[in-house]
Amino acid sequence: MKRLFILVVLMLTPLVLCRGELSYYLSLMTMTGISAVVALSLNLLLGYTGQISLCHAAFFGLGAYAAAIGSVNFGLNPWLGLGLSCLLPAGVALLVGLPTVRLKEHYLAMATLGIGVIVYAILRANPFGATGGPGGIFAIPSLEIMGVTIDNDISRHVLVTAALIVVYVLCESLISSRFGALMQAVHTSPRAVSSLGIDLEAAKLKIFVLSACLAGLAGGLYCFCSPLAYINPDDVASVMLSVKFIVMVVIGGSMSLLGGVIGALAVTWLPELLRAASAWVPLANPTDFEAVIYGVVLIATLIYAPQGLIRPGGARAQG
Amino acid sequence: MSVLLQYLLTGIGIGTLYALIAVGFSLTYNTSGIINFAQGEFVMLGGMLAVWLHQFQGLPLAAAMGLAIGLTALAGMAVERLAIRPARGSGMTTLIIITIGVSFILKALVGAVTKDEFHLPALPGPTAVTALGATIPSQTLWILALGAAIVLALGLFLKYTLLGATLRAMAEDRQAIRNLGVESQTLPILAFALSAAIGAAAGALITPLTQMSWLKGTELGLKGFCAAVLGGMGNLPGAVLGGLVIGIAETCGSAVLSGYKEVIAFTLVLVILYTRPQGLLGGRL
Repeated sequence: MKRLFILVVLMLTPLVLCRGELSYYLSLMTMTGISAVVALSLNLLLGYTGQISLCHAAFFGLGAYAAAIGSVNFGLNPWLGLGLSCLLPAGVALLVGLPTVRLKEHYLAMATLGIGVIVYAILRANPFGATGGPGGIFAIPSLEIMGVTIDNDISRHVLVTAALIVVYVLCESLISSRFGALMQAVHTSPRAVSSLGIDLEAAKLKIFVLSACLAGLAGGLYCFCSPLAYINPDDVASVMLSVKFIVMVVIGGSMSLLGGVIGALAVTWLPELLRAASAWVPLANPTDFEAVIYGVVLIATLIYAPQGLIRPGGARAQG
Repeated sequence: MSVLLQYLLTGIGIGTLYALIAVGFSLTYNTSGIINFAQGEFVMLGGMLAVWLHQFQGLPLAAAMGLAIGLTALAGMAVERLAIRPARGSGMTTLIIITIGVSFILKALVGAVTKDEFHLPALPGPTAVTALGATIPSQTLWILALGAAIVLALGLFLKYTLLGATLRAMAEDRQAIRNLGVESQTLPILAFALSAAIGAAAGALITPLTQMSWLKGTELGLKGFCAAVLGGMGNLPGAVLGGLVIGIAETCGSAVLSGYKEVIAFTLVLVILYTRPQGLLGGRL
């Protein structure tokens, strides 16, 4: 409960503080919230179940494109588009997951990387003229709820905050459920799981699909909350983005849900901090050093604090 | 017929470079048990350093390439010492993410210096050779000759020298090597230096054919990785076979389905991973 409270305060404070000139920071927090949903979904897979995925940006991107294609090309209600953004990545994850979950360690890394590259390449290649190629899709409509159109900073932030809280609570109850215990056993003692007659691969597949579904939801939210009403493959599906999601989980703390959120916060705000720091320290181009600092922080975290910033805390232990 | 031959030859040329990158993956995999996702950045470093030494420092082309290879080998040693060794004993997933972090850093460091695309002149020789209606640029001939020489030299080194035998033995059983009193800290660093050098050679050789920029490493590294997995991770002939298969499939495939070049290489790899995860040739070096 305490951690959920921290999350709510973290997300709602900017609504009060970031008004007027500071509204840029509000939209940055909205993006943080969207990234946090992906970090939570990846945390289930990477942190708790111990399965690496280098294709979460692909699920995120598929979610974003499902929503955009549904609502722009087919003129569907945007809420239906948001539904599609959960279903399409989940369906794809089910298909590719069947053979993938049998792989381990670097073979798993390779296969998921391959899936990520293929999805990105397909989105860029503009199959059937559906994805708009490298340029992406423009003029995405806004969501609407009870007569309120979600088309400004504040309403977008409220929507993302609500979604993040729902996903957080969902993940927390999953972790503390019996299935959550199984997930962690898949990570730490897979042989024990098999010896109990539990189908290891079926368990991995379920998590993979659920994780893809949540990442897709985040993609759908991105699609409708991007201030320019525009998505392109580089922004939503690049391999680099998959790596960023992993950085979030690892830095924040791969065995804690709040850790993923804090990781998303750190990764999203790092460029801002660097830009601020460049006023004091003369950096030629702060964005160049962004990736260097990502890399250094990532490696240092893994070597010196493998548990990340937020220490593991099971939902039950937290009370 | 001559069109097909042309594609085949182009594919073999590019495939030889993929094979070299794949050999680098296999070397570090066998000695440290890790997949070095930063391998592609060594390729990029080799190309970019060669460009810097030749075009901006005025070194002759061959000397620039040689020095670039040496410098990249040093970078490889630094990576092993600073990022890999401190994390020894961590899980495979952790090590994979660490090497991804290394690749971030190397790429960004080069990107901070320049984001331009560079070109190198081809190594000296006749501009192009024509055979059976197909044209082979002289650089491709150099790639084939040097690539074969590097792989052959590495194969002989692994097979006939004590150090090479130790490297191979390490792939079989790391603990046994330690029990025999062989200082196993020097072997991983040697493997990193070697694989970085081989990657850099591939990078220096490809720059005259295509262009080199700070972003190129990821793409080339992924192709080499595909080749290594396709042939059988850790297997030297497998790496060569995998490189050639990917090079040819990609060149011929993109002639039919342009725009889907990446999809071809990775679909091949996924098919192999799902049906025969040990790769075409399986086994070890």
